[in-house]
Amino acid sequence: MDYFLTDEQKEIRNLARQIADEKIAPVAIEYDEKGEFAWEIVEILAKSDLCGLYIDEKYGGLGGGVFELCLVTEELSRACGGIALSIAATALGAFPIILSGSEDQKERYLPDIAKGKKLAAFAITEADAGSDIGAMQTTARREGDFYIVNGTKQWITNAGEAEIYVVIAVTDKSKGPRGASAFIVEKGFPGISFGKKENKMGIRSSATREVIFDDCKVPKENLLGGEGKGFIIAIKNFDHSRPGVGAQAIGIAQGALEKAVQYAKEREQFGSPISSFQGIQFMLADMATQIEAARALVYSVAKAIDSGQKGFAKESAMAKLFASDVAMKVTTDAVQIFGGYGYMKEYPIEKMMRDAKITQIYEGTNQIQRNIIAQALIKEAASKKKK
Amino acid sequence: MKIIVCVKDVPDTESNIRITHDGKGIEQESVTFILNPYDEFAVEEALRIKESIGGEVMALTLGLQSAERVLRACFGLGVDNGILIRDDNFTNDPFLTASAIASYLKNISFDILLFGKKGVDLNYGQVGVMTAEILGIPSVSAITKLEIGKSKVLCHREAEGNVEKLEVPLPAAFTAEKGLNEPRYPSLKLKMQAKKKEIQVVEAQKTDSRINLVKMEYPPKRPEGKIIEDNPEAASKLVDFLHNEAKVF
Repeated sequence: MDYFLTDEQKEIRNLARQIADEKIAPVAIEYDEKGEFAWEIVEILAKSDLCGLYIDEKYGGLGGGVFELCLVTEELSRACGGIALSIAATALGAFPIILSGSEDQKERYLPDIAKGKKLAAFAITEADAGSDIGAMQTTARREGDFYIVNGTKQWITNAGEAEIYVVIAVTDKSKGPRGASAFIVEKGFPGISFGKKENKMGIRSSATREVIFDDCKVPKENLLGGEGKGFIIAIKNFDHSRPGVGAQAIGIAQGALEKAVQYAKEREQFGSPISSFQGIQFMLADMATQIEAARALVYSVAKAIDSGQKGFAKESAMAKLFASDVAMKVTTDAVQIFGGYGYMKEYPIEKMMRDAKITQIYEGTNQIQRNIIAQALIKEAASKKKK
Repeated sequence: MKIIVCVKDVPDTESNIRITHDGKGIEQESVTFILNPYDEFAVEEALRIKESIGGEVMALTLGLQSAERVLRACFGLGVDNGILIRDDNFTNDPFLTASAIASYLKNISFDILLFGKKGVDLNYGQVGVMTAEILGIPSVSAITKLEIGKSKVLCHREAEGNVEKLEVPLPAAFTAEKGLNEPRYPSLKLKMQAKKKEIQVVEAQKTDSRINLVKMEYPPKRPEGKIIEDNPEAASKLVDFLHNEAKVF
């Protein structure tokens, strides 16, 4: 379908697609098996300027927005959802600096991210603080010109590979969620280390590790947006990044659909290709329709964010929720169409099903997304009543 | 080091090629044009030489005004500037192309002249060596390696599984074979800048053509293949097929 992309957006999409087909697809299974981070691909993406699409030209980016980030995430995810994540997770680490950083912080950190010289990460989740961010244990206390950070963050995407971390830590326990603050922490700061690489079900080429802070000294200039702003920064960040998870989900689903159609045309049973059976045809038709609906939603939300719509938490949650549920359904059906072959690791389709699953879980489980949507609905209804 | 890379825009081999009514060319509208894949190797080599020892890379193309798109593609890869030798009656005659390029280049100083070994559209593979011949400079075709020395260069060619090494004084022309390098992807930033970049346009010097394109025809349709099923009788069926239907024995 034609989404009326500008010439520039078409060029971004085509280049990302070309790199995905030529460079990522041939190595996706290998990286998945080894669980290694695909630096060779990140370097290609960096040289082609695909790392800094959403960063202002002033800081060396291409001056695009959430929409451009979605385009590239989708195309890369068609070939490998795990490798695509290195770029999308960097955006999750960069958005807090873009949205809440001071001029000095932007100048210090954004150009290297835009060039793809450095990756970024966002560290909020802890062992006992997943959906319940209020249970966070990591602390930061002010000592002279520094904040001393202590605690352990868990399941941090890009951990160990990224140079720049935006970390949420509690600066004032008595204030609850309003007592959390955000800091920019560099990999080289004293007192930061990384736990073992997690052995994951999917997105296995992506690096997921603990980030451990042991009296980590962070200069006070690296506090983002003032003390107590951590929670708001995190929420704003997720509102901007969730369409990107949706885009990742659409990409994975699209890749699975293309493979399923191809396979259905080639696989013969009872003397004819299985694509001639209505049972398979209906499945393919439903898969394609669901993907297109998810894409339309993700693109619309991304465009609304970029055009400056105020308050888009609800729509952003919808984009992530719907697209990730579609991806799970589509990839499961794709495995079904492949039959026994689909269950085998020699075929690329089971990986897509494993990769799709995480999109329903991270950046807020889909249950949390439903909470956000419902709360927004109830709030909207309440404000109408007052009038 | 001044390097000139001669490039051509050719129909994407994945495009649906349709021959024009008069049988003398192909329909332009239905085709996507791309930088000739062999020229990609030439451009990449030029950029690598520039990046390692410094210099300037100029891309040159010959054809209709629309051929400037191929120069913009080169800018997106990092080429410094471009020249279009415009020929409104462009005919794909290698001698005419080589003559026009040579007549432009004879007044220009350069160290290295690079071409792709052939265009993937008509596969003549003549323009590079013809241009060098008209200019009176040495040329080596289908190179797989290029090492720049002080006043001469060493290049490799593949010859029947062996490597042929040749030393050539500069200025010289080379045509690029697959395997010379791995071409880079364009940079989006350079691509954006490329749209506004100035392209120098000169009129092509015309020479009389010595080739007359009589007619283009589609290749004959291939007959459908035959599958002999894998069972105990397969071998005897295959022998029977080769004897009586395919008549190879």
